[in-house]
Amino acid sequence: MSKNTVSDRFRKVDVDEYDENKFVDEEEGGENQLGPDEAEVDSLIRQYPSLFTRNLMGALQAVLKNPPINTKNQNVKDRAEGLVLKVLSSFKSTDIEKGVQSLDKNGVDLLMKYIYKGFEQPSENSSAVLLQWHEKALSAGGVGCIVRVLTARKTV
Amino acid sequence: MSYHSFLLEPISCHAWNKDRTQIAMCPNNHEVHIYKKEGSNWNKIHVLKEHNGQVTGIDWAPESNRIVTCGTDRNAYVWTLKGDAWKPTLVILRINRAARCVKWSPKENKFAVGSGSRLISVCYFEQDNDWWVCKHIKKPIRSTILCLDWHPNNVLLAAGSCDFKCRIFSAYIKEVEEKPAPTAWGSKMPFGEVMFESTGTAGWVHGVCFSDSGNRVAWASHDSTVAVAEGGKTAVLTSETLPLLCVTFITENSLVAAGHDCYPVLFVYDSNKAALSFGGKLDVPKQSAQKGMTARERFQNLDKKATTDSKEAVLESLHKNSISQISILNGGKARCAKFCTTGMDGGMAIWDVKTLESAMKDLKIV
Repeated sequence: MSKNTVSDRFRKVDVDEYDENKFVDEEEGGENQLGPDEAEVDSLIRQYPSLFTRNLMGALQAVLKNPPINTKNQNVKDRAEGLVLKVLSSFKSTDIEKGVQSLDKNGVDLLMKYIYKGFEQPSENSSAVLLQWHEKALSAGGVGCIVRVLTARKTV
Repeated sequence: MSYHSFLLEPISCHAWNKDRTQIAMCPNNHEVHIYKKEGSNWNKIHVLKEHNGQVTGIDWAPESNRIVTCGTDRNAYVWTLKGDAWKPTLVILRINRAARCVKWSPKENKFAVGSGSRLISVCYFEQDNDWWVCKHIKKPIRSTILCLDWHPNNVLLAAGSCDFKCRIFSAYIKEVEEKPAPTAWGSKMPFGEVMFESTGTAGWVHGVCFSDSGNRVAWASHDSTVAVAEGGKTAVLTSETLPLLCVTFITENSLVAAGHDCYPVLFVYDSNKAALSFGGKLDVPKQSAQKGMTARERFQNLDKKATTDSKEAVLESLHKNSISQISILNGGKARCAKFCTTGMDGGMAIWDVKTLESAMKDLKIV
């Protein structure tokens, strides 16, 4: 067999980078987005407005505020995801539905985004909790909600 | 509501003639078939064979009775009826990717072709050379154009694209028309000017439509949203269904859209609040007989599908697969009385607005 003496270094070049028609997403300032406030969420989780019931609804609303969608800082995103997972895991199974009902449409979409992000990095027991939340969020938001998670170009 | 199953393959695109007795469609191959309604049958009367690739767009000009087709072979043909046969004329579009959609302008002196080459070809007939020539709208389109719709003034063109934006361009060709009067979208309209660019939706724009007056534009996006823009304000409605593929106005305030969920849906636009709301699902549900479930069936279901539901996995809608195109049959976009949908199930359904209104209570078409 003849040996290929022509240089094949071109095979290591990423030709898509040099395509002048390559689609580049618009840059949107995301430096100020810090994700949900950790202190606020923590205090709300620990709050007991009435005997034996924690203020988890409040914690849910707080953790879904200020989502780090536009930022490029991966740490901010990971921290936000961790916080959300903490809040979602502290809910009792029977309260999950009420939690989902308390959110508006955008809230349900955002919750679904966090749920799928959580599926990407499963830790012990996180998937079970997330699946329960997924079922309730699906009945509230429908398949359209999942489609929006899939088509979002900038996500949490 | 009538449903006719033409083929087993998807109907790629369709167009009706002026008196709605003939329909031209592409049966997912390189040809265009023209069917004529005779009594209650549809008979194939013509087969137009010229394209070398799948025909992706057909439009039939009602007044001049010309058909324009475009395909993945990067060509467009204008067909004229000579005697008993349709004769094609090639139009050089100067694109190097497939053509995706084509629309005649309201006055039928030009047509626009959207393509994967990230540009729109606006073609008009040059009398001196006896030839169709085209001009390109390139900036600022960054991906394939999926759908087009003309404004009633024959100059403005709405285009939905895979770069997640719906834009309104000016397609003013000085050789064939006068300078247009100012509209709600702007007054200076040189060729290729962007009069409007959408914000607020992500996802490919599958369908776009101007309202009858031309003051509103609606588009359906792949992130399961529908939006209407008018006078600088955009109203977006996120839907709980699968993405919608085609949208059309049936009155100035009501839109009908259809898509991957296989049934048309009504949306109502309130211009005072600049808000879009869900009007209702337009489908005639089949009255399936409720059979009792035996205990054996119940356990089988639980074993096989982990559910005790007795609902079978059968679509109850008229179309059995995604609806890809919707067209107005009569009444125009102002007072549509009938519209037609074709889809991936090879079937065509004709929907009667009055019948739908009476069949579904709470359905109000404003």
